[in-house]
Amino acid sequence: MAATAGAACRAVVARDLLIAARRRSDVLTTFFFFVIVVSLFPLGVGPDPDTLREIAPGVVWVAALLAAMLSLARMFGADYADGTLEQLVLTPQPLTLLVLSKVLAHWLTTGLPLVLIAPVLGLQFDLPGDALATLLVSLLIGTPALSLVGAVGAALTLGVRGGGALTSLLVLPLYVPVLVFGAGAVTASATGMGAAGHLSLLGAMSLAALVFAPWATAMALRISLE
Amino acid sequence: MNWFKYSSPQTFYPLAGRMVPWFMGIAVVLGLVGLYLALFAAPTDFQQGDAYRIIFIHVPAAWMSMFIYVVMAFWAGIGLAFNTRLSSMMAHALAPTGALMTFIALWTGAFWGRPTWGAWWVWDARLTSELILLFLYLGYLSLVAAIDDPRRADKASAVLALVGAINVPIIYFSVKWWNTLHQGSSISMTRAPSMASIMLTGMLVMVFAFWAYSIAAALMRVRCEILDRERNAAWVKALGGV
Repeated sequence: MAATAGAACRAVVARDLLIAARRRSDVLTTFFFFVIVVSLFPLGVGPDPDTLREIAPGVVWVAALLAAMLSLARMFGADYADGTLEQLVLTPQPLTLLVLSKVLAHWLTTGLPLVLIAPVLGLQFDLPGDALATLLVSLLIGTPALSLVGAVGAALTLGVRGGGALTSLLVLPLYVPVLVFGAGAVTASATGMGAAGHLSLLGAMSLAALVFAPWATAMALRISLE
Repeated sequence: MNWFKYSSPQTFYPLAGRMVPWFMGIAVVLGLVGLYLALFAAPTDFQQGDAYRIIFIHVPAAWMSMFIYVVMAFWAGIGLAFNTRLSSMMAHALAPTGALMTFIALWTGAFWGRPTWGAWWVWDARLTSELILLFLYLGYLSLVAAIDDPRRADKASAVLALVGAINVPIIYFSVKWWNTLHQGSSISMTRAPSMASIMLTGMLVMVFAFWAYSIAAALMRVRCEILDRERNAAWVKALGGV
């Protein structure tokens, strides 16, 4: 049974990655949304390097939050519409693991690209080398939590009126701790305080989300499909 | 006595109807006594002047806002676990009162902060987490409103309430650390000078008044919810005139 569950998870991940590869525009939209939002801030705030260096951690992290939230509708939306989700729920494999696989695929296609481009955007804000590395690490640790917690919101709002705006209302307050410690880590590193404490707490949150969120998402999916 | 007797909407509806006037009466009497103590009996604070009297509304509202969220999550969880209709209705009925209390706490806090701190708003840990609590209430209410099927709305909102309840302490501590890491907290609400006992009495009376009001409001709302959902049931039709 364990082997079949593993095979099912791999199949789900492979399928979602294949779909993402075939519909590249979906993935690229989120990616460029992130890049554009971050690039808008210097235009609004002014090009003073000191100010930019100060606001960079918050700007990049808030943009990451918004990008993650924007991509949530795609996590289950298409599968819900064409009935695939129902079949997933009916399979004998534990739904929690299948949900986890879908979240993993979602993170690989939307979270990971943000993590990789973030240091380049950090350069635009004149962040020093240490802070750039911390930005990368903090996003690497924190964005999985965004995908995991977001999955609960995405599952709850499946097929509901005003889905997108509603999802943001449900999910953004729950993202607050991740934002606080993610941006806090970069700020701490930029001011020479050391980011280890922030990063540990961020990791703790991601792990907690890893334990609770798939379970809550599976429950929410069953409710949505009733 | 069989407590589960009142877990059915049909039996709870008249019971709630009998309880509402009592709690409303307690709320009014205690509210008047509390306001008398707050506005006339309690002495003027020598540091803050008369502005401190806002706490007689502010503190009870802030306590209720947090407590109601816990109670709401509790009923939502019971409704989800045991599939009891009345528990979910109770959770829905509590949410607007909780949101109202959160709003009152924030609003009166701003009125208190202006003369005392010289600012309508500061990003203090308590203020920020209270604001996020308001967002959680609003998310809950809009999810309930967005789903047409009441049973699905019950369960979906219950999951959200429970996820929120797990998150509330995390949010509180993260905001607290966030603030202390950015700057030493220059203003603290916990450093209140030891209160005169008349002030404390007034505040406790007001707290109980808010409790009674919240219970009465939630019961009235749950009665409406019961009537709305059971409108096709024989017992509702038999009530007549409703």
